[in-house]
Amino acid sequence: MSKPNPFLSLEFSILLPPTHFFLDPTPLSHTDFSFFTFKKSEVECLIRLFHSLVERANVRLNNFGLDRNAFRAILHSVFGMTDDMLMNRVFFAFDKDNDNCINAKEWVKGLSVFLRGTFEEKLKFCFEVYYLNGDGYISQEEIFDMLKNSLHQQSSEEETDEGIRELVDITLKKMDYDNDGKISFADFEKAVKEDKLLLEVFGPCLPEAKVECQQLKLVKGTF
Amino acid sequence: MGVALTRSAQWTAAGYGTRTLEITPLNEVILKEIVMFVESFIYKHPQEAKYVFVEPLEWKTNLDPSAFESGYIVSETTVKSEEVDKDGQPLLFLSVPHIKIRSLGQLSRLLLIAKDRKLKEAQACIEANRDPVTKILGLDYNTVKEDTSTVNILDKITKDEDPESEIKMKVGMLLKQLDLHLLNHSLKHISLQICLNPTTVKNDIELLKHFSGKGEQTVLESIDYTSDYEFSNGCRAPPWRQIHGEICYVLVKPHDVETLCVTCSTEGVFLNGGKTEDEGEINYERKSEIYKDLVTFLKEKSAKFSENMSKQRKREERKKERKEKEKKKREKKKNEKKKREKKKRKKKKGEKKKGVGEGNKSKSKTKQNKTKQKRTTGEYLLILCTLSPLASPGSCPKSAEKIEEILSDSSSENEEDEEPPDRRQEANADLPSEYWQIQKLVKYLKGGNQTATVIALRSMKDFNLAQETCQLAIRDVGGLEVLINLLDTDEVKCKIGSLKILKEISHNPQIRRNIVDLGGLPVMVNILDSPHKSLKCLAAETIANVAKFRRARRAVRHHGGITKLVALLDCAQSSAKPAQSSLYDARDVEVARCGALALWSCSKSNANKEAIRQAGGIPLLAHLLKTSHENMLIPVVGTLQECASEENYRAAIKAERIIENLVKNLNSENEQLQEQCAMAIYQCAEDKETRDLVRLHGGLKPLASLLNNTDNKERLAAVTGAIWKCSISKENATKFREYEAIETLVGLLTDQPEEVLVNVVGALGECCQEYENRVLVRKCGGLQPLVNLLVGINQTLLVNVTKAVGACAVEPESMMIIDRLDGVRLLWSLLKNPHPDVKASAAWALCPCIQNAKDAGEMVRCLVGGLELIVNLLKSDNKEVLASVCAVITNIAKDQENLAVITDHGVNNDKLRRHLAEAISRCCMWGRNRVAFGEYKAVAPLVRYLKSNDLSEDVDNCITIHENGNGAVKLLLGMIGSSDHDLQEAAAGCISNIRRLALAIDKARYT
Repeated sequence: MSKPNPFLSLEFSILLPPTHFFLDPTPLSHTDFSFFTFKKSEVECLIRLFHSLVERANVRLNNFGLDRNAFRAILHSVFGMTDDMLMNRVFFAFDKDNDNCINAKEWVKGLSVFLRGTFEEKLKFCFEVYYLNGDGYISQEEIFDMLKNSLHQQSSEEETDEGIRELVDITLKKMDYDNDGKISFADFEKAVKEDKLLLEVFGPCLPEAKVECQQLKLVKGTF
Repeated sequence: MGVALTRSAQWTAAGYGTRTLEITPLNEVILKEIVMFVESFIYKHPQEAKYVFVEPLEWKTNLDPSAFESGYIVSETTVKSEEVDKDGQPLLFLSVPHIKIRSLGQLSRLLLIAKDRKLKEAQACIEANRDPVTKILGLDYNTVKEDTSTVNILDKITKDEDPESEIKMKVGMLLKQLDLHLLNHSLKHISLQICLNPTTVKNDIELLKHFSGKGEQTVLESIDYTSDYEFSNGCRAPPWRQIHGEICYVLVKPHDVETLCVTCSTEGVFLNGGKTEDEGEINYERKSEIYKDLVTFLKEKSAKFSENMSKQRKREERKKERKEKEKKKREKKKNEKKKREKKKRKKKKGEKKKGVGEGNKSKSKTKQNKTKQKRTTGEYLLILCTLSPLASPGSCPKSAEKIEEILSDSSSENEEDEEPPDRRQEANADLPSEYWQIQKLVKYLKGGNQTATVIALRSMKDFNLAQETCQLAIRDVGGLEVLINLLDTDEVKCKIGSLKILKEISHNPQIRRNIVDLGGLPVMVNILDSPHKSLKCLAAETIANVAKFRRARRAVRHHGGITKLVALLDCAQSSAKPAQSSLYDARDVEVARCGALALWSCSKSNANKEAIRQAGGIPLLAHLLKTSHENMLIPVVGTLQECASEENYRAAIKAERIIENLVKNLNSENEQLQEQCAMAIYQCAEDKETRDLVRLHGGLKPLASLLNNTDNKERLAAVTGAIWKCSISKENATKFREYEAIETLVGLLTDQPEEVLVNVVGALGECCQEYENRVLVRKCGGLQPLVNLLVGINQTLLVNVTKAVGACAVEPESMMIIDRLDGVRLLWSLLKNPHPDVKASAAWALCPCIQNAKDAGEMVRCLVGGLELIVNLLKSDNKEVLASVCAVITNIAKDQENLAVITDHGVNNDKLRRHLAEAISRCCMWGRNRVAFGEYKAVAPLVRYLKSNDLSEDVDNCITIHENGNGAVKLLLGMIGSSDHDLQEAAAGCISNIRRLALAIDKARYT
C-alpha cells in the first residue's frame, strides 16, 4: 500500500507553476522540507494547492487557513471519507496548534502522513485521531462512540447497542494488552504491528490506498 | 408452531392410530427449537406463561411422579400443580401415565423437570396433540392459521376487549413467531438437499445403455424409455405426471430379473405398477421404496447387475484410453457413494413404513422448485405451506450434480478426488462455544459497516482456524457466503481480512468444495489483478489451497486464472532491477511465490499444464529457479515437476537449461526441495540428452548421496526414481558405481515401501546392463532380495524386478545363484500373470536364464507344465508378449529334447508352426522387436527350427513370413552370410521357398 507512486511526483510537476511565479507567503524555509517525505517541488505544489483551496473555501475568516467545514468538505470530496465524527477527529489531528484552522504547514505535514506516511507515522496519526480527550488513551467510551454507527440498525435499538458493546469488547480484548480497560499508544502499536488491518480499526481515517493514487487527479480537477 | 408442525415435520405415514414423528435430523431440529422456546418461556414471558389453555395438552408421559418437587402436590400415582386456574383446577395434572397441562408456564417447568428426557416428552406431547395451537388458543384461532398474516390474529383479538384476551393475543403472537422460526429452520434444512433432475437421470440412463446388451458381461440386457418424446424441459413423463415431479419411465431388463418398469422422479427412483397389458398405459402407482437413483435401485433389484457393475469396473480399469477411464470412474464413484448413502439411510430409517400418497409428490415438487434458484422467504413459505405429511427418506438424494462434476473432469492424479461425506454438525451434538461466538461474529459481518466488518474479521481470525470445529462452524452459520461476498466489495481491508480467513479454513477439504460451490474461485481469480500485492498474495495462496481437487482446478482455468497466476510470476522479474529497494523486491518475490504455489496446485490437471505453457509460464519458472529462496523454489520446482509429465515441457525444460538449476538445488538443505528436484529429474530423464545433462552438471553425485538418508520415504522414492531414469544411460550407470550407489541400492531392496522398491529395482535393472555392476550386485548379495521380490503383486514392481533379474542372469555365475534360489521357476510362474507387461518382461528375463543356465534343457523340463504354458502364450495378441515368448521358445528349442516336447504340446505340429511363424511375422512388423530378436540371437535357432520341420514349405507360413516383407527376409539373407553351414542352408531354403511362392502368386495374378 505504501509503494511510492511514480505518478505522484509526475502529477505534481505538471501542477507546478514556473518557479518565479511562485510566491510563498508562509514562513516555510527550505530547511523545513526535511520534515516531509515530499520532494521540494511537491511541497511547493501542495502549498499552492492549499492556497487555492483556501481561496475557494472562505477568505473572510482568515487568510491562511482552512476551517473545519472546509477541511471536512475536502476530506469528503477528495479522500472519500463519510463519517462526520471521524472527519472532525482527523481535522483535530491535522490542527496541531489547536487554533481551529489548518495552516499551510499543518496542511503539508498532515498530507505528508496521509499520502506518503511511513507505517510508523500512520500509526501515530491514527492513534491521534482515535484518542481525543487528551489523556493519551483510547477509552472504552470513545471506542463506543466511534463504533456506534458501525452496525446497521437491527430489529431493535437494544440489540444494536448490544452488538456494538460486543464489538467494543472484542477490540478491547484484542488490543488492550495491559488490561487496564483502555488502549494506550503502546497497546495500539503492538496490536497494529501484529496485524496491519487494525490500523484503522475504529473507522477510516486515512485515504484508501486506491484513493491515494487517484486523488491527485481529483485534486487537479478542483482547480 | 402449527404450520411448521403439520407441514415440515416429517411424520411417519402410518395411516391409522396416532402418527409418530420420524426420527430425522429435521424433526430433531424442530423439536429442539420447540423445547428451547418452551423452556425459556417462563422466564422470558412470565405474564403469558400464566395464560390458561382453552383445552389441556394431554399425552402419555414417562415421567415418574417422584420427579416432581416443590410447587407440586405429589402422591404415589398422581401429581397436581399448586398453581391453579381461576376455577381452582390445577394447571398440571398427572395421573400415571396420563398428563394434562394447561399453561405454558407448567410446560416450561415440566421440561425442566424432565431434564435429559425432555426431547422425548416434547415428542410425545406433539404426537399426541397434532394441533397444539388450537388447543392452546381455541378453535377460532386455528382457522386463522392458513393465512400467515398476524393482522388477522390481531383483528380477532382486539374484538374482545378484556385483559385476558390481550395476553391471549400475545401468546398467539409468540407462537406465530416460533412457527415462523421453525419454518425458517426447516427451510434451511430442506434447501440443503438437492435432488435428481432430468439431466442427471438422462445421463444415468445413457450410461447404462452404453453397458447394456446381450451377453454375460453387460450390466443389463436392455434399458429403454417408455416414451420417445422428450419435452423441452428434458422430461418424458406426461405433463400431468410431471406435476408430481416425475421425469420419465424406464423399462429395464436385467439379466436375472424380469422387466422392471421404473419411475424416475425428482424424488428418486422407484418401481411403478408397470405397463398395463391392454393399452400400454403405465400404472403410475409406487410399488417399491424410493431409491436415490437408478443405479442404486438396480443394484438392489438385480444381483447380476451389481456383480457385473463391479466387473465392468475392473475391466474398464485395464483400458488405457483416458475416456474409458473416466467413465469407469464415475461408475465407481457412484457406487461408492451409493453404498455409503445406503448404509447411512438404512441406519437412519430402521424399518420405514411404506405407502406414501400424494405427500411425496408434492414435496418433490417443492424441492424441485427449491433447487432452481434462490427465492424470497415469502415464496419459500408458500412452498412450504403446500407440504403435507411425508414419509420420504430423511436423507434425500444427495447431489447428483456433484457426481456429474467429478465425471467430467480429467486429471492424472486422484488424491482427494473422493468426495468426502458432507458432515454438517450433528443437531444433537453439543455445539462448542466457538460455534456461538462465530455465529455472532458472522452476524456482525453481515450487518456491519467496514469498520465493524474488519473488527469481526480480525476477531474471527483469532479462533483456531486450523481446528475443524471452527472451520465447519464458520460454514454452518453461513459465514462462507459472507466471506466470499466480501471479496466482491471495494473494501481492500475487508478483502484482506476475509482472504486471511479463507486461506486458513480452505485447508479443510469440505470447505474447499463449499468455496467452489459458492463461486468463490472466480472472485479470487479476479483479485489476482488487483494492484495490492498483499491481496494478490492472499488470493493466490487461497487458490493454492482450494485447487486441490479437479473441479476447482478446472474452475480456475475457466476463469482465466492460469494466465493471471502466470502473470504473478512475472512480478519478481520486472522488479528485479537494481534501482528498486530490497523491501519491494521481497514483496514481489512473495507475490511470485504465492503465484507459483497456486500454479503448483493447479498443475495437477493436464489441461492446466498446457494452459501454463501457453501463458508463457515456462521461461518465468525457469527464471524463478535462479533465485535462492527455498520457499520460492519448492513451488516452482513442484510445478515444473508436475508439468514434466508432458513431452513439450520436457523439451522446454531442456531448452531453458532448467536441469542445471535442478541439479544445483539437489544440494539444498531443504528436504522438500530435494524431493521436488529429484521428482523433476525423474520425470525429465526419459530423454537421453537430459540424462547426459544431469551428469554433466554433476547431478549424479548428490543423488547418490541422498540415497543414504532413508527416513523421508517420499524423498527417497523421488531420488531413487531419478537414479533409475538416469541410469538408463550407460555412462551414468558407471558413474553411479563410482559413487557407490549400487551397494546402497542393493541395501534398499528390503524394508522399503513399494514406491521406493519399484524405483530401486528399476535402477538396478538398468545398472546391471553393465558387467561390473552385475558383478557388484552379486557380490553385495543383491540377488537374493531381488528374487524374493519376484513373488510380489505390484505390476510395475514385477516388470522392474524381472528386468533386473534378467539383466543379472546374463552372468553365468549370477545365473547359478538365481537358479539355486529357484528364480527361474518364479519367473516362469510370472508368465501366468494377468498383466501382459509382466508376462513379456518375465519372458525376456527367461531368455538369458535359459542361455546361461548350466543344464538349461533339464532345468526347463523340470518345470511341470512349463512348456505347455509357454506354447499357449503364443496365442496372445500382445506383440511384446509374442516377441518375448518367441525368444524364449527359440532358446528352449536349442535343446533337442525340449524341442520334441514343444512339438508334442502343439495340438499338431502344423498348428504350432503356424503360430510360431505368425508370431515371428507379427513381431517383425515392429521394428524394435526385430532388433530384439537379433539381440537375443533368436533368429538363427528359429530359422533352423523352421527348416527342420520344413516349415517354409507350408504355403501359409511362407505367406506370413513374406508378408512382413523386409523383416524376415532381410534377416534370412543376413543369415546366409553366416558361418554356420546348416544355418546357411536353412535360411537359403526358406528364402527359396518364399520366392517360389511369391513367383507363383505373381504368375497367378497375370494369367
